[in-house]
Amino acid sequence: MENGEVPEDANENCPGPQSESAGKSDSCQGCPNQEACATAPKGPDPDLVAIAERMATVKHKILILSGKGGVGKSTFSAQLSFALASLDFQVGLLDIDICGPSIPKMLGLEGQDIHQSNLGWSPIYVESNLGVMSVGFMLPNPDEAVIWRGPRKNGLIKQFLKDVHWGELDFLVVDAPPGTSDEHISIVQFLQATGIDGAIIVTTPQQVSLIDVRKEVSFCKKVGVEVLGVVENMSGLSQPLTDFKVFDSSAGGAAEMCQEMGVPFLGKVPLDPQLCKAAEEGRSCFEGQSCRVSAPVLRGMIEKLLKVKEWNQDELQHAENGRV
Amino acid sequence: MENGEVPEDANENCPGPQSESAGKSDSCQGCPNQEACATAPKGPDPDLVAIAERMATVKHKILILSGKGGVGKSTFSAQLSFALASLDFQVGLLDIDICGPSIPKMLGLEGQDIHQSNLGWSPIYVESNLGVMSVGFMLPNPDEAVIWRGPRKNGLIKQFLKDVHWGELDFLVVDAPPGTSDEHISIVQFLQATGIDGAIIVTTPQQVSLIDVRKEVSFCKKVGVEVLGVVENMSGLSQPELVAFTEVFDSSAGGAAEMCQEMGVPFLGKVPLDPQLCKAAEEGRSCFEGQSCRVSAPVLRGMIEKLLKVKEWNQDELQHAENGRV
Repeated sequence: MENGEVPEDANENCPGPQSESAGKSDSCQGCPNQEACATAPKGPDPDLVAIAERMATVKHKILILSGKGGVGKSTFSAQLSFALASLDFQVGLLDIDICGPSIPKMLGLEGQDIHQSNLGWSPIYVESNLGVMSVGFMLPNPDEAVIWRGPRKNGLIKQFLKDVHWGELDFLVVDAPPGTSDEHISIVQFLQATGIDGAIIVTTPQQVSLIDVRKEVSFCKKVGVEVLGVVENMSGLSQPLTDFKVFDSSAGGAAEMCQEMGVPFLGKVPLDPQLCKAAEEGRSCFEGQSCRVSAPVLRGMIEKLLKVKEWNQDELQHAENGRV
Repeated sequence: MENGEVPEDANENCPGPQSESAGKSDSCQGCPNQEACATAPKGPDPDLVAIAERMATVKHKILILSGKGGVGKSTFSAQLSFALASLDFQVGLLDIDICGPSIPKMLGLEGQDIHQSNLGWSPIYVESNLGVMSVGFMLPNPDEAVIWRGPRKNGLIKQFLKDVHWGELDFLVVDAPPGTSDEHISIVQFLQATGIDGAIIVTTPQQVSLIDVRKEVSFCKKVGVEVLGVVENMSGLSQPELVAFTEVFDSSAGGAAEMCQEMGVPFLGKVPLDPQLCKAAEEGRSCFEGQSCRVSAPVLRGMIEKLLKVKEWNQDELQHAENGRV
């Protein structure tokens, strides 16, 4: 988008509000934005420079996406962050769901406030090597709705990247809301210059989820973000007596979709009431024995991902030494 | 928002881009929007007039909302529409989830195209009295992502209201995406002048859903939309074969019933997690047909009948409910 995004109400053949001829070309005559375009400053966004400075100390950035809501993105983001932190990586978890921020709850951080230092906003630390940022920490009253249109949400996401002192991170995990709209376009725009390692996409088995998730895979391909892999969550319910399919997977589930769309399939996480409970209580599923149905599966996926991506030899050593 | 919404980058004390002094007042000096505001036309949005004309033939409008994704809004919207249609009401189902439209799938309408007549865009009819509209019908390739920012989504939602020939409807059911952002602000802005009967809010039992849903209740209160009731979906799993009941999503914090009590909104009831309901949704079927959804269908039916009764949606409609029992 070199010449800026063409506005909703622009004339045909709009040269783009960032182009040299913005507001001045023949096609601009009579356009409602003409004056604004002619007078507004052009050139690169200075905020992107600030973001690049902050991101210079971040080794890997992973987006957690889904076309579909309620499939377990935030649960996965939280548990992934717990897992990486337990492997002694320095982890940042950024929640860019502005309307429905789930991350504070899932990390046991409800009621916390953000403090500022001369270095910028401080993430909230669950452990010394796991820092979290979310709009959830900024709401005076948790019941209060954040009724913001796109531009305002984009502004806050920008601040999360340029004003937060993340420090030296091995991994920045970004938990996104469902969809392919403002938050998604923006996070890619803001981070792409400094490199996005890729996206993990979460789905559930049924077609109505896969329909949306296929769109998310397309989004990633379109904007040039690698799909690191797809997780099929809530994949059946294991109960001591029997295995039980809750969400219909007769259309082949995520595995078949991945085959068709040429993206890696990371595996199936069963629907585990204990995992839900851990999320409710802000606990790592890897602590204790309660999540014995889901934790081993999640652990396996994460280790496989680290290995496949060869996220540097030191990190592989981490995986062998500090086994989750 | 009489004087228009104050833009992101406006000066302090912005009079509002729709006000008489927009772009001309002292506070406008140096504002990046100054020129645009000074030259742009003021006054009511003509599209709202067109929407009012279309909505003049719609008796009741219900929004299906949730703060949380994946709790079953679209499933509920679809089954509510099937139920109302089977009671011989004239029903329109409008899907305003632009990025993740689920409604075509759930009504068995995948692959359908929108046709236009001189009256406007035609809804896709599942049955003669159940018409559906969704961006899902406009995508040449279903895998193609709709990567639109807010203003463009708002523009399409506006078109769904002013360009679609809904005709005479008893109910317009509007299925929204999760959240409290562009789509939600816009649908309320576009419909409020002609009256919104209220919103049904869907949640699941666990706190992480309720946190978001409480925000949705707050949103409704803030914008003046009545909460008709809250549905707690996926409320445990019944396995009749095993005579066993499993709580899948933790409800130890009291679930939706307690939240409704605290926030002073009606609780409509709990729908159990029913794999057969999922299957019906996958196949675009009404859960009220056949016997397969015997765990979930009676509960849904009870909720809908109760709602019609409580709201007394006119005597004729009550008669519908008794005659054409789902």
